[in-house]
Amino acid sequence: MHSLYAFLTGSMVWVSVLLFLGGSVYSLVSRAVMARKMDKMVYSYFSLHYALRSIFHWVIPYAARNWRLHPLFTFVTFTFHICLIWTPLVLFAHVGLFYEAWGFSWWFIPDLAGDVCAGLVLACCLFFLGRRLFLRDVRYLSTASDYVMLALVAAPYLTGMWAHRQWPGHETALLLHVFSGELLLALIPFTKLGHMLFFLFTRGYIGSEFGAVRHARDW
Amino acid sequence: MTDEIGAPRGHIKDVGIETGAARLTPEIIRKTALRMLHEEAGARLRTYLDICVRCGLCSNACHYYNSMGGDPTYSPAGKVKETLSVIMAKNGRVDVEFMKKACEIAFTECNLCRRCAMYCPLGIDTATMMLFVRRLCHKLGMVPQYIQDTAHSHSATMNQMWVKEDEWIDSLQWQENEAREEVPDLRIPLEKEGADVFYSVIGPEPKFRAQLIYQAAVIFHKAGVNWTMPATPGWDNSDMCMYTGDMEMMSRLKKLHFETALRLRAKRIVMGECGHAFRSVYDMGNRALGWRYPPVPVIHAIDFFHEILTQGKIKVAQKYEKPVTIHDPCNIVRGRGLHEKLREAVGMLCETVIEMEPNREHNYCCAAGGGVINCGPPFKMKRVLGARVKGDQLMEVHKKGGVTCIAPCHNCHGGLEDILHHYKIPMDLKFLGDIIYQCMEK
Repeated sequence: MHSLYAFLTGSMVWVSVLLFLGGSVYSLVSRAVMARKMDKMVYSYFSLHYALRSIFHWVIPYAARNWRLHPLFTFVTFTFHICLIWTPLVLFAHVGLFYEAWGFSWWFIPDLAGDVCAGLVLACCLFFLGRRLFLRDVRYLSTASDYVMLALVAAPYLTGMWAHRQWPGHETALLLHVFSGELLLALIPFTKLGHMLFFLFTRGYIGSEFGAVRHARDW
Repeated sequence: MTDEIGAPRGHIKDVGIETGAARLTPEIIRKTALRMLHEEAGARLRTYLDICVRCGLCSNACHYYNSMGGDPTYSPAGKVKETLSVIMAKNGRVDVEFMKKACEIAFTECNLCRRCAMYCPLGIDTATMMLFVRRLCHKLGMVPQYIQDTAHSHSATMNQMWVKEDEWIDSLQWQENEAREEVPDLRIPLEKEGADVFYSVIGPEPKFRAQLIYQAAVIFHKAGVNWTMPATPGWDNSDMCMYTGDMEMMSRLKKLHFETALRLRAKRIVMGECGHAFRSVYDMGNRALGWRYPPVPVIHAIDFFHEILTQGKIKVAQKYEKPVTIHDPCNIVRGRGLHEKLREAVGMLCETVIEMEPNREHNYCCAAGGGVINCGPPFKMKRVLGARVKGDQLMEVHKKGGVTCIAPCHNCHGGLEDILHHYKIPMDLKFLGDIIYQCMEK
């Protein structure tokens, strides 16, 4: 088990980071090249001003009308995305690993706050699962891969809490935590999780079209 | 043609779709789809499909979804799921029945109104994907008969309504004669070079709404506008080819339109009160021709009316007394942000305005746009049922005392007429030009 742990926290970290970074660069660059060939208007009409105007309105909770029409969803999705991204970056256990490996660290949150954030991510995942199961339109739209994605996203947070809280089987949970985290990171560029990479461009482009060409708001 | 008004989806028989489908085989579909996927499915389309997380936030953006009791197959993402997602996932290996259904969805259940693009947090433009499906249907020779007939008219006559060249000139002279009884020195200047305004209209105006040309002539005359209309093809700014997916023909139409304005060395094109034509000239046709923006400045009638009203070139003799509401046409609101100018113009002309909610960029489409009304009688009832939320909005206005709905778009007029009739809402419909003509000092 120790050698497996060493493998997962050693080579596999690099593999997952390289897959994430390499895959992200490949996805973005290949789409940019494809757009240059087949969607020339993207370059013609893309406007930094209007792209940022649009993005700004969509990253502020309740700034867009559709956020206001879905107040609970908006609260949950912002909580989810903030906790999902920031918790692993500022978790004491993760910062500590960096310190041990490379001798530097940064601001971190207390363990309890980490557990709360992980718990929030899991609660949000349950909310999203509930939407997929019980909302007629979302249930219809959902495919098997959407449920798998949800499980993949929840896994590192569930196993992380499990390991940290030293619940029975925590040693296995720790291995699963590291593995699922790495898997999640590596899959971002190759799955629907890629919306994390492309959001700025798709929202930015439609914002440019609405702002620069159509002189209309898009939020 | 079997006219099964009110029939559920998939049971409406349209001769254009049926005849086209009868010539298809899965192999033809696959070859055509593969070629299109290879040549035309670019980064935007693929990224939209890749990143849609199927959250359902676009559902309530769609008037069809809202009007059809929350049937998820009418949600924007649902329509993509039923059509393009499958075509892409299966690399075009779909059967004829699938394509018939995809054709019906893309042509008659999406107005390409782009409201869902506004409501998607990721900015996914479903209209682009529905247009892709329509273009595939066009390439397969499977398009609803009525709109295809219109596209044929465009190809043969360069106008939407099979209007012959001499009939066009006759119609203008007829309207000039009529108008001169009211304003003796009025002219409808034809082929005048160097005019400030090249006025273009859609095919239905000379065909059956000729009074709009009369009214425009009176307004231009009284405002002292230096204007002209062409006596040659190129006068029609409308474009159903844009909506059938015949982008080559769309380009020919726009090229002729721009070249006619350039031949007459007009300073700018002013377009009549039509939404889709404006989209075609201002937004889509110019792109297809390689112009980032139109080669001649293009403004919609609302913009122009606002200009001459605020500059005092038209004086209001008496304001319109009946309470009015304003219908925001998608293509000049989400398509050009003219909602405030429209309201300022209406405010100068009318005593009382009762707003529909939601309005401006968040308006609901009349369900006629995007070529849907042009798909004709077989799909009429589905269109009217798909606009129930617009009917609800109008009914609310009626209950608050609203009498007149101002809708500065031809397609909207067609759609709203059907909505008012079906939902038994006793309101009348006007173009902004109708109101100006009625209220101005002549």
